[in-house]
Amino acid sequence: MTTPAELKPLTSRLNLAAPLDIAGYESDDGYAALRKAVKEMQPAEITQLVKDANLRGRGGAGFPAGVKWALVPMGADAPRNKYLICNGDEMEPGSFKDRLLMEGAPHQLIEGMILAAYAIQASRGYIFLRGEYVLAAERLNRAIAEAQAAGYLGASVYGSPWSFELFVHTGAGRYICGEETALLNSLEGRRANPRSKPPFPQVAGLWGKPTVVNNVETLSNVPHIVLRGLPWYQGLSQGKSHDTGTKLYGVSGRVKRPGIWELPIGTSAREVLEQHAGGMKAGLELKCWLPGGASTDFLLPEHLDLAMDFDTIAKAGSRMGTGLLTVVDTTQSIIPVVRNLEEFFARESCGWCTPCRDGLPWTEKLLAALERGEGRPGDIQILEQLTRFLGPGTTFCALAPGAMEPLQSALKFFRHEFEAGVAAPAAQAVA
Amino acid sequence: MPPETIRNQAPEIPASAHATPSDRRESFVLDAEDRAAIKHEAHHYEDLRATSIAALKIVQHRHGWVPDGAIPAIANALGVPASDIEGVATFYNLIFRRPVGRHVIKICDSVACFLTGYDQVRDAFCKHLGVRLGQTSADGRFTLLPICCLGACDKGPVLMIDEDTHGDVAPETIAQLLERYP
Repeated sequence: MTTPAELKPLTSRLNLAAPLDIAGYESDDGYAALRKAVKEMQPAEITQLVKDANLRGRGGAGFPAGVKWALVPMGADAPRNKYLICNGDEMEPGSFKDRLLMEGAPHQLIEGMILAAYAIQASRGYIFLRGEYVLAAERLNRAIAEAQAAGYLGASVYGSPWSFELFVHTGAGRYICGEETALLNSLEGRRANPRSKPPFPQVAGLWGKPTVVNNVETLSNVPHIVLRGLPWYQGLSQGKSHDTGTKLYGVSGRVKRPGIWELPIGTSAREVLEQHAGGMKAGLELKCWLPGGASTDFLLPEHLDLAMDFDTIAKAGSRMGTGLLTVVDTTQSIIPVVRNLEEFFARESCGWCTPCRDGLPWTEKLLAALERGEGRPGDIQILEQLTRFLGPGTTFCALAPGAMEPLQSALKFFRHEFEAGVAAPAAQAVA
Repeated sequence: MPPETIRNQAPEIPASAHATPSDRRESFVLDAEDRAAIKHEAHHYEDLRATSIAALKIVQHRHGWVPDGAIPAIANALGVPASDIEGVATFYNLIFRRPVGRHVIKICDSVACFLTGYDQVRDAFCKHLGVRLGQTSADGRFTLLPICCLGACDKGPVLMIDEDTHGDVAPETIAQLLERYP
């Protein structure tokens, strides 16, 4: 018989009202993976295990965590210090899963971080937490103190020769801090401008030293992989996807039961929306949906049967992103929604590179004009041009290309609504 | 960029070098408690510069905002150019470089809240407080600011007042909500 912990490893012990303290967590297999790892496993074995498990980054990009770790220089000649950072700067509009894991299961994240740090032999770790997550900061700090007192953190972790310190770093706002290299600058006390890559952070990151940055959900998976092993982890997706593990899926927007559920990765969007979120609110019909945050392309009702995994959603022309759906109903016209999204991106641009700094406010202005019905002939073509000028490869980081994803898909699926926003010639003559 | 050692050896900038007609800058001194708090934060990092955001927050926690004079004071304490501290202070939206009200309301204006009634909630707040976004009510009690996604999209519309997050906010309930913040 499979237990809840074996089917929903991330959330079976999660308690938002009163998260498990260290005693409660330990009594339910907590820190067992860590004890096993430092006593019986070499760091490289953990990296290999996570690589074989094909744990893909849950922050949105889906990059395999084990591959990331394997890029870190190891051995006696490796630079010191090395750092492990948990990206808890959750600010992607429509995403609310990392808050849940940090507030409801802080020890799970900390154990995952210690394991990841052991694998790359990091000496220090930071949880980069957005400033607004006050409760998460409080609970994580308490859990860190408990783990320290129990000997899981600090000098010689659980009696091993390896030492690891962990700190909570709270930010002061700005979406761009969630970008890996901007996060490093912010942690160093600088403006959060992204860095040019290469060098990649795994080689030269925080203070120029090897650094791995992983998402909260990614790291929270690690203790379970180490404790229960590969076949179990690979079986979690129940054949729904060639991706492995479970995924936190969620829905926001005007649905009956907005929320988050841990499901096998590859569960269909329809099941998430209709079965778990209860479908649209009475009288409303689905118009389109963002599969995983503001920086993903819209998909249509016809895409609902797709498996929510990285490759399937990519093939449909979007990205799974964070896996939390934002749904738009048919009573809402698309222009204000896209305008809201671009207003967000324009405001959150760090201003470092020109296409993003100048292109996003331009995009926002064009959309605002179309929303008022004052668009001019050619505006739609300019928007289309902007999706290319701000597209992949034109900027330091992924903010601007991400901003173009909802716009380009809205132009593709709802072009008539954009056309309706262009003022009739008579109105323009008056203007 | 000069190497770290040169920056650390740089002479302290006299406060008078930054004097302005309003004398706001000269009047600012980091007290012992602030310095101790900054020093405590410094233990977490490899250099002092990394505490710049924490230092700004410490000042803001005491004063409600970051007065002009705090910038060179923090710069001196950390051995970092004042222009860098100002650059950091003006970059991050949770660091206030202008005075704010006793309570700061941060309304999420991102897409999930936008879809569930942000416009109506914002308008209700503006009307109730007699302000536009970015302004402080005449009695100095509330400052109203927009903020990006607060990570509680299942409870939209969402906002924060000071450090408390409130979900499922409706225009009809805001008066009652604000009463909790005298």
